[in-house]
Amino acid sequence: MSAMRSIRGKTAFVGAATFGCGEAPGYTSIELAAEAGRLAVEDAGLKLSDIDCLSICLPNDFLSGLTIAEYFGIKPKMTNNSRTGGSAFLTHAEWAALALDAGIIDAALICYGSNQRTGAGKLVSAQAPSPFEHPYRPNNPVASYALAAARHMHQYGTTPEQLASVAVAARQWANMNPEAFRHGPLSIEDCLATRLVADPLHVADCCLITDGGAAVVMTRADRARDLRKTPIPLLGAASATWHMEIAQLEDLTVSAAKESGERAFAQAGITPKDVDVTELYDAFTINTILFLEDLGFCPKGEGGRFVESGAIAPGGSLPVNTNGGGLSCVHPGMYSLYTLIEAIRQLRGEAGERQIEGAEIAVAHGNGGTLSSQATCILGTPATV
Amino acid sequence: MTQAPPTATYFKYLNEGKFMIQRSPSTGEWVFYPRMVAPKSGASDLEWAEPSGLGTVYSTTVKRVKPPAPSVNISVVELDEGPRLMTHVQGVEPDAVTIGMRVRAKVVDGLDDQKIVVFEPEAGQ
Repeated sequence: MSAMRSIRGKTAFVGAATFGCGEAPGYTSIELAAEAGRLAVEDAGLKLSDIDCLSICLPNDFLSGLTIAEYFGIKPKMTNNSRTGGSAFLTHAEWAALALDAGIIDAALICYGSNQRTGAGKLVSAQAPSPFEHPYRPNNPVASYALAAARHMHQYGTTPEQLASVAVAARQWANMNPEAFRHGPLSIEDCLATRLVADPLHVADCCLITDGGAAVVMTRADRARDLRKTPIPLLGAASATWHMEIAQLEDLTVSAAKESGERAFAQAGITPKDVDVTELYDAFTINTILFLEDLGFCPKGEGGRFVESGAIAPGGSLPVNTNGGGLSCVHPGMYSLYTLIEAIRQLRGEAGERQIEGAEIAVAHGNGGTLSSQATCILGTPATV
Repeated sequence: MTQAPPTATYFKYLNEGKFMIQRSPSTGEWVFYPRMVAPKSGASDLEWAEPSGLGTVYSTTVKRVKPPAPSVNISVVELDEGPRLMTHVQGVEPDAVTIGMRVRAKVVDGLDDQKIVVFEPEAGQ
């Protein structure tokens, strides 16, 4: 491998905001993204005119990078509209860090918005139908993740109860988050009593479909120190893409998170044992299990038993998806930006009842396509740099 | 040598009742889905050849549909030649298909005025 310049601690998240999580009737997707963007810039103590890099994907606007520049009246030096599915925003953060460190830009705004719950009423997908999958009409994305779950169960003895325990832990966290869309008690039995969508995945194994906007602001670390909030340095960021269609993934029990995680941890100079809180894109319960294994939080094949032990729930050894995740908090289609925002809130000490005391290092991990694209960001407090 | 259009060629064979996939004589590898160039190796000498039609279920799920419409099996089958594809395993109940089951290809009518390849359990299973 060629020598790589370290980006560890060179940039920081200085603003973070959400808007319209859950249901935001009447708002368009760009309006949700723009309001979250405005709030994130305000959170940073910056002005809109300070932003010289815009990163965005919208569910229904492939040229949304142009739309958002016009909307804000900004003429950005960089516009990042790259689409890797739901993982996109963590990749945007990775690229923004490189461009900031190179001095090409000074302040990056990454934003997202979708009204898919009250607007479309269903998951809005940007994926073109494959001529080799579409003739079989898989109920994607669920069917593809179900195929991964079935294979994991076959190879490692993972059970439907263990899958359900991911949803139960997410709900327990959501019950401490006023912003979460779903509250209330949820048991393993409740989950297993929900309708099967694609065996072995039940309704309770699938993420929510909500509205929501989200945004973060990044600057170089030197400038970050003078802004409003405690800056949250980016310690490592890496992405990996292995396939598109699920039938083309070599081993359905190993995702590209293994590669993105290894590279991000190497950059950060830490190991999974050093992580205090973890935010993973839980589009389906199997995702949490796969990513815990692939990122090195437990051995391959042990994910089911790990989550069943209560390790990821409140009071467990590894708090995971402390906002309630895509399963119980918010899921407006491309969720990964919320993993960053919850990591930032935890490291700033802003997480209220669900705050992990003394959290110093957080992992945010995004997934796109059908386990296809993976992106990992590692964040710390200023003391970790 | 530039390929004839691979996607169209695949469906042309299927519509003639033949399940044909690509193979590279130089590397010996079989390729699915059909491409202009073999993945990884980059081989471009892809020819059409008839695989054995035998394979093994690598993973399987059931697309649950609101009754009275029937639920549908969705599987990933690994051909004996190596490549995998998404397909239906038919001839048994959708939830009776198991990982490791030996299956044989069959060309049938699909939903889009176009034939598709599905699989059935090998005789004796």
